[in-house]
Amino acid sequence: MTKRNILRVSDVTMQFGGVVAVNNLNLEVNKGEIIGLIGPNGAGKTTAFNVITGVYAPTNGAVSIDGQVVIENYPQGKMKALYKGQNAGKYADRRVLTPDKITKMGVARTFQNIRLFKGMSVMENVLVAMHTNLEAGVFSAAFRRNRKEEEKMHDEAMQLLRMFDLEKNKDDMSTSLPYGKQRHLEIARALATKPKLLLLDEPAAGMNPQESDELMHLVAKIRDDFDLSVLMIEHHMQVVMGICERIYVLDYGALIAEGNPQEIQNNPRVIEAYLGVDE
Amino acid sequence: MNKEISISKKQKTILSLFTCLVFLALVYVGDMLTPPTSSWGMLFTVLEKGSIYALVAVSMNLLNGFTGLFSLGQAGFMLIGGYTYAIFSIPAASRDSVYQYFDGGLIKFSIPEIFSNALGGVLGELGYSLGEFIGMFVPMIMAGLITAGLAFLIGIPVLRLKSDYLAIATLGFAEILRAFFQWKALGPITNGSNILRSFSTYSSPLFPIIISGLCIGFIVLLINSSYGRAFKAIRDDEIAAEAMGVNLFKHKQWSFVISSFFAGIGGALLAMFSSSITTTPFTSNLTYEILLIVVIGGIGSVTGSILGSFLFVACSEWWLRGLDSGAFLGLSFGFMRPGFRKVVFAVVIMIIVLFYSKGIMGTREFSWEGFLTFLKNLPGRLINFFKAFPKRLADFFRTLPAKIAGLPARMKNSLKKLKTNTKHGKEAR
Repeated sequence: MTKRNILRVSDVTMQFGGVVAVNNLNLEVNKGEIIGLIGPNGAGKTTAFNVITGVYAPTNGAVSIDGQVVIENYPQGKMKALYKGQNAGKYADRRVLTPDKITKMGVARTFQNIRLFKGMSVMENVLVAMHTNLEAGVFSAAFRRNRKEEEKMHDEAMQLLRMFDLEKNKDDMSTSLPYGKQRHLEIARALATKPKLLLLDEPAAGMNPQESDELMHLVAKIRDDFDLSVLMIEHHMQVVMGICERIYVLDYGALIAEGNPQEIQNNPRVIEAYLGVDE
Repeated sequence: MNKEISISKKQKTILSLFTCLVFLALVYVGDMLTPPTSSWGMLFTVLEKGSIYALVAVSMNLLNGFTGLFSLGQAGFMLIGGYTYAIFSIPAASRDSVYQYFDGGLIKFSIPEIFSNALGGVLGELGYSLGEFIGMFVPMIMAGLITAGLAFLIGIPVLRLKSDYLAIATLGFAEILRAFFQWKALGPITNGSNILRSFSTYSSPLFPIIISGLCIGFIVLLINSSYGRAFKAIRDDEIAAEAMGVNLFKHKQWSFVISSFFAGIGGALLAMFSSSITTTPFTSNLTYEILLIVVIGGIGSVTGSILGSFLFVACSEWWLRGLDSGAFLGLSFGFMRPGFRKVVFAVVIMIIVLFYSKGIMGTREFSWEGFLTFLKNLPGRLINFFKAFPKRLADFFRTLPAKIAGLPARMKNSLKKLKTNTKHGKEAR
């Protein structure tokens, strides 16, 4: 049985000057899967996220979402001579989308260091994310001709907040929330863009074992309720091994292993990357 | 003991409408009853100019306070608005004398005049005045649209810049515009560096107040709409906003164009207010005055900008005038000579910036609940204040030496705070 492919990253290399941050990365996420992306610090995990979400244009390679190639690039200009990666001749098209377009195509993300809108309430944070699917123009929105749409947005935002147990805080400033709730709000905000694929950048960072356990169940629940796929970067092995169906391991920008949790746990290269080897 | 007051939405609407009507009626009656020579005439000047400044300040706040774009082009946009209005509403008969160095100019018609002639009026009849009144709106809206169109073009390159660079670029454009309008080759249209005058103006102070009120009303509606939330998201965190699907360029462009539209209307109103227009008042000084109003009122508060404008205009045009003429609150000193007003004004501003580093209102807005609660608690607070006054006075003098010693450190802190406030939300990617 083959599942529908949601995200395919093909031969992606991201090179900054002479530094290869991501080297020939290939990964795919199918519908309904929860996939982990792990690796030691500085392995290039967040850079990979930034390429997928359009923050950086890759130096070489392509990204397709739901079967459609949305990002593609090849080394050109100054990079042509500097390029240290592989597959240099494989791609010949340049296609770059801004992050908002990628989000509109159904890829939402959270950030490693929480990036909530500081001057806005919890409710407004979620409503902003719904703006991308707004149909009304500036003037019909300003003159409240879209009252029905606005009411629908409020209802949906309330539902999301209820799901994350944030309804009591809906009028609080987003920064006044405790840390764990801020993380939850970030996920709620990402879900408000109605994604097909959710990218979580270290969702359990700074959480205690009990909180990360709760988060694990929450992510699984979200996947089922919203019918989406999840790609997450995470350092808590308990979380990653607990819910991920497949895991990709990055080290120094390159993929060193791929497989289910048992395979990864017993993979000598992964152990080497994390712990080093006896001399 | 703070008692909260809550009122229903319907009551609020009625209360707001009622207050507006009473205010407008008071202005109307007051203007009718005040003889032109009375010193209270100044009040109406302040109301007129204050409301115009309020409109421009709110439009600047839309950019600086709500979208986080530090733009300093407001004076340039007001200039275009003012000139557009003036050029299209000088009566054909006066054109020869106004454009005396340019053979009566290139444009030979006046839009208000077209309307008054269409209504069949003869000068002095009701049809004529009505036509002129209606006709005034057309060049005014044109002023807004032309300004907005130009802002759209300027925005394409400029809005890709961030923070301070954007400020420098917009400031530069404003200065270029000022020089451009003085260019002799454009004389047949802009009258070069000569004055444009005798165009149609309003006769009642109600006119600028109502127009500004309506425009500010629109901006408030916009800010509270979904687009307003997107603007605020851009202000708070560009990267997160983009990741949440907000098209940065499109939204910045909307904010810039709408803000400029209202700056253009404000410029047209200012031209009417002073019943003549040259490029001289539209220097960067004007932009800084507006910026000052925005900062004093509170970056990100519409109420603050409105309050700030009236306070600013009242201080600079009326209350502190005495300092220049040598008689202020019954005091008179030798150093009170022309210009001293500005010294005092500068000190007042420094005090505000040091002690209210977020402006009078911060990011709060006016609400009837807040206002009524404030009024209800006011007597109690005043009583408490006067009860505690002797003790506080004694305390004040007791701690004064220590406070003075600590002043440099405190000022340093305030400056630091101010620096972080202005940098807020603008960190580089």
